[in-house]
Amino acid sequence: MKVLRTIPVFVLLVFFAFPALVHAARIGDVTDTDWGEQTFRFLSLRDAAVRNAVLGSVFMGVSCGLFGGYVVARRLALFGDTLSHAVLPGVALGFLWSRSKDPVAIFIGATLAGLLGTVVVAWIRKTTRVKEDSALGLVLSGFYAVGICILTVIQQMEFGNQSGIDKFLFGQAAALSSEDVSLMGVVAIGALMMVTLFNKELLVTSFDEGFARSVGVPVEFIRYVLLVGLTFAVVTSLQAVGVVLVSALLITPAATAYLLTDRMGTLLLLSALFGVAGGLLGSYGSFLGNNLPTGPFVVLACTSFFAIAFFCGPKHGLASKWLRRRNRVRQVSLENTMKAAYQVLEAGDFAKESVTVGALAARRRTSVTEARREADDLVNAGFASMLGSDDAGPRYSQDARLFLTPAGWERACQIVRNHRLWELYLTNEVRYAADHVHEDAEKIEHVLGETVVRHLERILKDPRRDPHGKVIPSLEDIERGSGLSTNPASATGYFQQN
Amino acid sequence: MREEFFPTFDSVSVFVDPWLSGFESTFQVVLMGFFVCLACGVIGNFVVARRLALVGDAISHSLLPGIAIAFVFTSSRSLPAMLIGAAVAGVLTTVLIELIHRKSRVKPDAAIGIVFTTLFAVGVVVISIWLDNVHLDADCVLYGEIGLVPLRESFILSGANLGPLPIAIMGAVALLDILLVIVFYRVLLVTSFDAGLARSLGMPVNTTHYGLMIALALTIVAAFEAVGVVLVVAMLIFPAVTVGFFFERLPALLFGVAPLSLAYSLGGFHLARWLDCSIAGAMVVTAGALFVVAWFFGPKGGLIYRSRALGFLFATSKQKISPQIVG
Repeated sequence: MKVLRTIPVFVLLVFFAFPALVHAARIGDVTDTDWGEQTFRFLSLRDAAVRNAVLGSVFMGVSCGLFGGYVVARRLALFGDTLSHAVLPGVALGFLWSRSKDPVAIFIGATLAGLLGTVVVAWIRKTTRVKEDSALGLVLSGFYAVGICILTVIQQMEFGNQSGIDKFLFGQAAALSSEDVSLMGVVAIGALMMVTLFNKELLVTSFDEGFARSVGVPVEFIRYVLLVGLTFAVVTSLQAVGVVLVSALLITPAATAYLLTDRMGTLLLLSALFGVAGGLLGSYGSFLGNNLPTGPFVVLACTSFFAIAFFCGPKHGLASKWLRRRNRVRQVSLENTMKAAYQVLEAGDFAKESVTVGALAARRRTSVTEARREADDLVNAGFASMLGSDDAGPRYSQDARLFLTPAGWERACQIVRNHRLWELYLTNEVRYAADHVHEDAEKIEHVLGETVVRHLERILKDPRRDPHGKVIPSLEDIERGSGLSTNPASATGYFQQN
Repeated sequence: MREEFFPTFDSVSVFVDPWLSGFESTFQVVLMGFFVCLACGVIGNFVVARRLALVGDAISHSLLPGIAIAFVFTSSRSLPAMLIGAAVAGVLTTVLIELIHRKSRVKPDAAIGIVFTTLFAVGVVVISIWLDNVHLDADCVLYGEIGLVPLRESFILSGANLGPLPIAIMGAVALLDILLVIVFYRVLLVTSFDAGLARSLGMPVNTTHYGLMIALALTIVAAFEAVGVVLVVAMLIFPAVTVGFFFERLPALLFGVAPLSLAYSLGGFHLARWLDCSIAGAMVVTAGALFVVAWFFGPKGGLIYRSRALGFLFATSKQKISPQIVG
């Protein structure tokens, strides 16, 4: 897991990169509070609050991003949501106990509440007929209600009003104290260590529990470790993003990474990066808006990354998939036109060098206009050249003559060969009736690669003719097109008279 | 600290005073709570049976931007605008969840998580930038303000004052839910428990699903300002699950909602009165406590009835080891 080792490097880079800006930027007018000034204040890290918010966002992004990878892989997304709501009574009790926003008391209380919630979910599922979703919902709302009750009681007390305890609901990164941040740092480092130490075990239990058990991985122990780690990550992020939205920080960055990669190591790295970036952007956004709650901004930042990956991701993105499909459709259409041109040439025993658009239209069973458009596409793609009747107007389109270029001839031969070889394979080897093989071959001719073709030729013992008696273009035919072969013994006889 | 958190329990001031000194507002709050629990409980039975509990949670969160934006435009608590906003947000939620998990490899649970947190975040941003402390408080979204219901404008129908508007609306929604369940009882029953059979009988399975979702959204919108977006989920799930420890048949489950609603509403009100905390929160705490009681003592799958050590006490009953409970 080499990629994982780069995460601490990145954390340090962010840490050092921002203070460097202090010297680079000049210290401007301080009285102004427009967004430029706020941006400068944020980027320069002049205020301790901003420094804490930035560091906190980085740590939060790392720990939630790393655990989030496993949450998404194990389909625990809604469990993460339940956990984040269930910690609220612990937060309130920890606060009540210490009578201040003591991070350690709150951390202990929230962790206990989160673990208790987990245990209760498991217990309800084990001892009753209640379904999993209802069990999660019961714990989510029940624990949350207890938390709300204690919280509203605290707000009535004399020490509760100025405490900022309400910041735990929607989060306020600017309210992070340095103790909060160091606790977050400890958890982030713990998360990194855990992921590196238990990488193999976490990976195998996440994707194939049965196999993990069979090779002797302590599945239950790993799950327990993961749950505890997850609780720690949720609890330390509470103050920055809030109880209600912390689950987004577990789910969204990891889901974004999942759209971009197939490797778990890369996924974790990307997920942590998106978490950090979302946290930074979110705390910046809330800082701009005069200390609006941070949580919603973090979530919106993370979701915009997700939206970008969803639409523009190179492999699984919607736009990329659409482009790929469009290219494939265009390629198939080009290949069908070339095949038709080949068949027209073949029908004339390869006596002519060119194909008229009218003949192409008759072969393709389309209108002349449509065939002309297809021929133009072929010309534009460099598979053919065209002679005549461009200026004579569309009326004479059908007399325009189409010459396949060497590349076009080569591809046309390949497609026809693929088609006929496949038909022969289906009739001879798979025992299909000869009149049932055409449709299948129409599809597969566009995707057969050279390796499969060689294999088919070997199985079929280098056949010359397809089940319908048509000649299968040979390698010589294909190579003559590109001038690679001078062997006159080609099957089709095309180019011999040129 | 204990005294500070738990004020001395004085049964007179907790149970009697509110009914004597401020009968009207007490009655209105309890009535509102009852209507909320009733409407949610009736719909919730089907939500639980269809395993949509967390979808209900997601929908209740994601209606917020619709409601908030309707607030911004109409700058009032006009119900039609809120309903339209909520309906748009509800449809958007469903469409986005479907889009994400159909068109990408993200799993449905993660898709739900992404969509509802995003929409909720949009709602909170809208509220905290444009509406904070004016019409709608961000905190109110999280635990409601049922205690303020008696202060709201009255609903006047042909000269007769029928109490605060939210109560009238919530009552109407509860009534509507009950009527819908009565009218479409058979379809709801079959589609909830055996969608395959319903389809083979020619029942409109998808239409029923969307109809139920619309009723759910309507109920959540009406209940939202009283109990907030998270606690409304509790109102959906707790009654159905709690009654499920006593009865197994759907009519019994539905009828059981009414006494439970009354218990939640009264219990929550008095608990909140005692501790001086959020009424909606206290209602759910009551619901949770009753759930725990049912979990332990319920005759259908309660812990004590299942336990081997105490099994001999109930040896005559058939559910000593009830097959559907195992596993």
